[in-house]
Amino acid sequence: MTSKNANSYWKENIRYVAILMFIWFIVSFGAGILFKDFLNEFKFGGFKLGFWFAQQGSMYVFVILIFVYVRLMNKLDKKYGYDE
Amino acid sequence: MMNSLIIVGIGVQNWTYIIVGITFALYIGIAIWSRAGSTKEFYVAGGGVSPLANGMATAADWMSAASFISMAGIISFAGYDGAVYLMGWTGGYVLLALLLAPYLRKFGKFTVPDFIGDRYYSNTARFVAVLCALLVSFTYVAGQMRGVGLVFSRFLEVDINTGVVIGMIIVLFYAVIGGMKGITYTQVAQYCVLIFAFMVPAIFISIQMTGNPIPQLGFGGQLSDGSGVFLLDKLDGLSTDLGFAEYTEGSKSIIDVFSITLALMVGTAGLPHVIVRFFTVKRVKDARKSAGIALLLIVILYSTAPAVAVFARTNMIETVSNQPYASVPSWFKKWETTGLIKFTDKNNDGLIQYLANPENNELIVDNDIMVLANPEIAELPDWVIALVAAGALAAALSTAAGLLLVISASVSHDLIKKIINPKISEKGELIAARLSAVVAVCIAGYFGINPPGFVAATVALAFGLAAASFFPAIILGIFYKKMNKEGAISGMIIGILFMLFYMTKFKFGWFGGGTKTDWWFGISPEGFGTIAMIVNFVISITVMKFTSDPPKSVQDMVENIRIPSDAGKATH
Repeated sequence: MTSKNANSYWKENIRYVAILMFIWFIVSFGAGILFKDFLNEFKFGGFKLGFWFAQQGSMYVFVILIFVYVRLMNKLDKKYGYDE
Repeated sequence: MMNSLIIVGIGVQNWTYIIVGITFALYIGIAIWSRAGSTKEFYVAGGGVSPLANGMATAADWMSAASFISMAGIISFAGYDGAVYLMGWTGGYVLLALLLAPYLRKFGKFTVPDFIGDRYYSNTARFVAVLCALLVSFTYVAGQMRGVGLVFSRFLEVDINTGVVIGMIIVLFYAVIGGMKGITYTQVAQYCVLIFAFMVPAIFISIQMTGNPIPQLGFGGQLSDGSGVFLLDKLDGLSTDLGFAEYTEGSKSIIDVFSITLALMVGTAGLPHVIVRFFTVKRVKDARKSAGIALLLIVILYSTAPAVAVFARTNMIETVSNQPYASVPSWFKKWETTGLIKFTDKNNDGLIQYLANPENNELIVDNDIMVLANPEIAELPDWVIALVAAGALAAALSTAAGLLLVISASVSHDLIKKIINPKISEKGELIAARLSAVVAVCIAGYFGINPPGFVAATVALAFGLAAASFFPAIILGIFYKKMNKEGAISGMIIGILFMLFYMTKFKFGWFGGGTKTDWWFGISPEGFGTIAMIVNFVISITVMKFTSDPPKSVQDMVENIRIPSDAGKATH
C-alpha cells in the first residue's frame, strides 16, 4: 500500500462525498426550505411538493444517500485493496 | 387527581402493568446475560457488535422521550415549521456516515475526547472535550429521567418522583452491570418495543381517517368519508378558519428554519452518545453500514410522526372546536385533570373556542397529548394505550442509558485514566467506570425530581453546544491534516462560549437579555449553533495559520485514519 495509492483512494472518496453532500443539501435546504414556496405550486397527491420534501422526501433521500455511499465505498475499498 | 383514569380503564391499568412489566423483565434479563467483564466491553461492547444490532441500538439510543412523546405534538402545532426537527434530526446521520463514523471507527479508541486529545496531541484539548461532553450529556439526560417520571405517573398512577426513582433503578441496574455491552443489546430490544408502540396506533388511525394503512401515504390522501377532499387541504382550511397560519406553510422565517435545521443536523453529528456507538462495530465498512441501518430505522418513526401530527390535529379541532363543553368526550375531561388540557370559558357561552388569538382562545393543549392521548381520541383498544406507555418508557430509558455511559466513560477513561492517573489498572478503571455511572444516575435522578426550569430550553442548547464545539474539531481533525492544537482548542472554546452567550442572553435574559426583534440576523437561539459552528471553523483556521504545524506523527495518524483497513488492530 503505497502512499500514492492512499492519495488517489482519498481523492476518489472526497469526490463521492462531495457529490452526495450536494444532493443532501439540495433535497433538504433546497427543496424543503429555500425553494419550498415555488415547489408548493405543484401537487403530489394531497401533498404540496415543497411541504412533502420538508416532511417526507428529504428523509427518504437521506437514507438512500447513505446506502449509495456504503456501496460506492465498498467497491472503492476493493479497487484499492483496502477491503477486509 | 387520576381517579377518572381508573373509572375509564381498569383494563388499561392492568394492560399497562402487564406490558411494562414484561418489557422491564426483558431488559434486566438481557443485562444479566450480557454483563461487561473488561473496560473494552464496558466502553465499546468489546468492539464486535454487528452492523444490524448497532443500527438498532443507535436508533433506540437516538430516539428519546422527546422523539417519541413530544415530536409529533410539536409538529402538530407548528405545521410546516416542524420540518426543522424532521430534517435536522435525520440529516445529521448523513454527516455522520459520510464525514465522521468511518474515520472515528478506524481511529479505534473509546470516546470522543480520546480522539480530540490524541489528534490534537494535548491534554488541554482532551479536557475541554470532556467538559463539553459532560455538559451536553447532563442537560440531555435530565430531560429523559423527567420523561420516565411523567409516563409512570400518567399511566401507572404512581407519583412522578416515584416514577423517576423506578426509572433510575432500572437504568442503574443494566448500565452499571452491562456497560456498553448490556446497553447495546437492551437497546436492540427497546427499539423493537418503541417502534411497534409508535406504529400500531398510527396505522389504526390512518385507516380510520383515510382508509390507507400506511400513515406516510395516508396523510397525503383523501378523507375516507367519501367527500373526495384531501386531508391536508381540509386541515389548511380548518387552521386558517381559526386564525392560525396555513398548516402546510408555517410561520417561521426562511433564514431561521434554515439555521435551526443546520444546527440540529450538525449537533446530531456531534453528540458524543451517538458518535460513540460507531466505536462498537468491528470494521470501518460496518460503521458506514450501521449508520445507514440506524437512519433507516429512525426514519420509520420520523416519517410517521408528521402523519400522526396531521391526524391528531384534524381530529382534535373537529372534536372540540365550537362544541359544547358539556358534551366533550371522556378523554377530554380525563386529560384535563392532568393539566395537559386547559379550558376556560371566557365568554361564558358554554362552547369551546379554540383560536389562534390568545385573547379569545379558551383552550390550551399540551404538545405531549398528541401522542399520549391519540389512541384514546381515536378510540383504540386498551392494549394499544398500554403499548404506548411501554414504548415511551423504552425511548426514555434507552437514551438515558446511552448518555450515562458517555458520562461515566468521560470521567473514568478520559479524566482518571488519561489525565489524572494513567497508571490505574484495568480492574481499577472498570470499578471507576461503574462508580461514575452510579453517581451520574443519581445526579440525573436528582434533576428528574427537581427539574431546573430551563430543561426544555437546554435540550436545544445541547445541540447548539455540540455543533459549536465537537463538530468542527472532529471534521478539521479528519479532513485538514495541518490543523493544530492551538487552532482546535481556541475554536472549541470560543465556539462554545459564543453559543452559551447567545443562549443565556435570549433564553435566560442574561447580558441584557432581548426579545425576538433583537435576534442577530433574525436567527433564534435554537438556530444559533449554526453561527457558532461557523465562528469555530473561522477561528480554528485563522489561529492555525499563525501557529506551528502539528508534529509529523500526528499527520501520519491522520493519513492512517483515512484508510479503512486494519481497524481491528488499533487499540488503546
